[in-house]
Amino acid sequence: MSILVDKNTRLLVQGITGSEGSFHTQRCIEYGSRIVAGVTPGKGGSQHLGVPVFNTVEKAIAETGANASLMFVPPAFAADGILEAIAAGMPLVVCITEGIPVLDMVKVHRYLKGEATRLIGPNCPGVISPGECKAGIMVGGIHLPGSVGVISRSGTLTYDVVSQLTSLGIGQSTCVGIGGDALPGSTFVDILELFEEDQDTKAVVLIGEIGGTMEQEAAKFISHKMTKPVVVFVAGSTAPPGKRMGHAGAIITGSAGKASEKIKALSQAEATIVPNPSEVGLTTKKVLETL
Amino acid sequence: MVAVLKTVFAFLANVGSNPTPSASGKQGGNLKIHEYQAKALMAQYGIPVPRGRVASTPAEAREIAAEIGCQVVIKAQVYAGGRGKAGGIKTANNPEEAEKAASQLIGTKLVTHQTGPEGAPVSKVLVEEASDVTRELYLSILVDGASHLPMMISSEAGGMDIEEAAQSSPERIFRSDIDPAISFQPFQGRKLAYGLNLGGGQVVEVTRLMTSLYKLFIDKDCSLAEINPMVITTDEKLLALDAKLNFDDNALYRHKDIQELQDKEQEEPLEIQARDWGINNYVKMDGDIGCMVNGAGLAMAVNDLIQYCGGRAANFLDIGTLNNTERVVNSFKMFVADARIRAILVNIFGGMARVDVIAKGIVEAYQQMNVPFPVVIRLAGTNLEEGRRILAESGISFIEAKDFYDVANKAVKAAKGVME
Repeated sequence: MSILVDKNTRLLVQGITGSEGSFHTQRCIEYGSRIVAGVTPGKGGSQHLGVPVFNTVEKAIAETGANASLMFVPPAFAADGILEAIAAGMPLVVCITEGIPVLDMVKVHRYLKGEATRLIGPNCPGVISPGECKAGIMVGGIHLPGSVGVISRSGTLTYDVVSQLTSLGIGQSTCVGIGGDALPGSTFVDILELFEEDQDTKAVVLIGEIGGTMEQEAAKFISHKMTKPVVVFVAGSTAPPGKRMGHAGAIITGSAGKASEKIKALSQAEATIVPNPSEVGLTTKKVLETL
Repeated sequence: MVAVLKTVFAFLANVGSNPTPSASGKQGGNLKIHEYQAKALMAQYGIPVPRGRVASTPAEAREIAAEIGCQVVIKAQVYAGGRGKAGGIKTANNPEEAEKAASQLIGTKLVTHQTGPEGAPVSKVLVEEASDVTRELYLSILVDGASHLPMMISSEAGGMDIEEAAQSSPERIFRSDIDPAISFQPFQGRKLAYGLNLGGGQVVEVTRLMTSLYKLFIDKDCSLAEINPMVITTDEKLLALDAKLNFDDNALYRHKDIQELQDKEQEEPLEIQARDWGINNYVKMDGDIGCMVNGAGLAMAVNDLIQYCGGRAANFLDIGTLNNTERVVNSFKMFVADARIRAILVNIFGGMARVDVIAKGIVEAYQQMNVPFPVVIRLAGTNLEEGRRILAESGISFIEAKDFYDVANKAVKAAKGVME
């Protein structure tokens, strides 16, 4: 079992004909994901990588029954692409694109209110339910089906953590990259809620980082609502304040954004804090053994 | 609500500033501009600013003071805050004094609590009419990560450290979230104006100013628009006495005019160099281990691990996912040119980035330059075997690390010279 995506997910790729879109669509197909449609305005009616291409998301849904969208649209046009998917009633949008202007995302969030669409990202590696569906750019081969949920603001750091888990024989129910932007579509709390409800997730690994207050909100949720154990690493203990560390959202802006404040909140919520990121796998193993 | 505001104000207090010496209030993701440029932009939007102009020489400062014809203020133009306490703002009663004050600032380095000991170079001063002030207020707009909306913040505690104000008297701080679909509305201006204890015509006047500031914020893709202090003069006029505008880097592609305002002199030279070489995610830190990592989270975690192992990273460097060898070679160029470096750490987890391409880049770097310090390399992920083969067959000398911890630990030892 899993959250967000599974065997029944019918994926649409927005921006399927671009170089990134093509490359990763191919990898998703090889992994076994069901890619049922692509959208590139102006290329409707053609086929790409054996997938039918449509001009609009609305048409693609009508013709193929797509129920999730994976977005590779360039940053200047990405917000428009997300809005199009929301307007078409797409239940899940996973936006990989990095570099979308903040004020474009303000509009997207405003438009999302009251709509049924769940947005993951932008600026994220995507979502994978091992053995079922890969909707993202992560390396498929490092994953193993299992019962640990993974949530992260990072890409490659998550790959490292997932490899640690897999090498110890610990499989994952679903791995969700919520992205490195300041205004993510889904937060840690949104995904923790799903893992808490998911019967086949036994524990959660949460990879946070400096900037914003999402980890503190997660801490509140963990202490009040979460019955499953949460193992945490927060990146950026050594990051200088006021500097953006690669991710748009990874900038220490005042005391709440510091790694130490986040770690404090999460440890008060009785999450298991891992100070050394190379030991997330081992720590998770120990936590699972106590269940 | 109070907790939220505290966070917000903690944010404001640190925007564009940095108490640690290594990063010194320089560019860090959001483009900054000088006060005189921010005031010019605000003036274009009808926001009242003091009469004045920018000068690059003391003689120019004298001319401007003569034109203004009354007491003037000479303000050093640097990106860092805290100028007043650091002696970067001087008053002058006549053109001669203005010239003298300007000569004491131009060509010097101003050290404020935000610059670190090296200071920020002053090559321009803003010369403007001195104002008689009865009240100092605070006004800003930024996007709130929790509500996902731009919010206007006002306070009577103008001129002072706004984080301090938020902690000592949160009840004096007012906030209004702005719906982008209908933009800033007069009722919001009234709420904030009455919160500032303004009355009569000033309510309309400040609402107009707020509406203009919001328009500027949206038109130019600002990440921060701040007027601190916004003053009321003895003749009851509103005036933006100081002005700060930061811009969203992601939106700069649609604002060529703003890009041109950037003053590279105010930024960290190594960070400018990195960007010129196509390495966009480089941040100077204060250690001696040069780090090249793919992915921002992994790069941060590597720096944390280095400290965990008892060392210090010289930089944060996310090489990104572009599959070419040039960026790898340029990263090595950065390290070789950086006199602080004692060892290099390479940690690549191939995903979108391919390990073989990175390995080729490392070999090319060794061919193009003398690498005078130990290099510790950990590779994993896409095309790992091919990458290993390329490194092995090249005959270059490096220290191989098996995992994440190993690479940090070995790099720390190598930098301390306790490892071959």
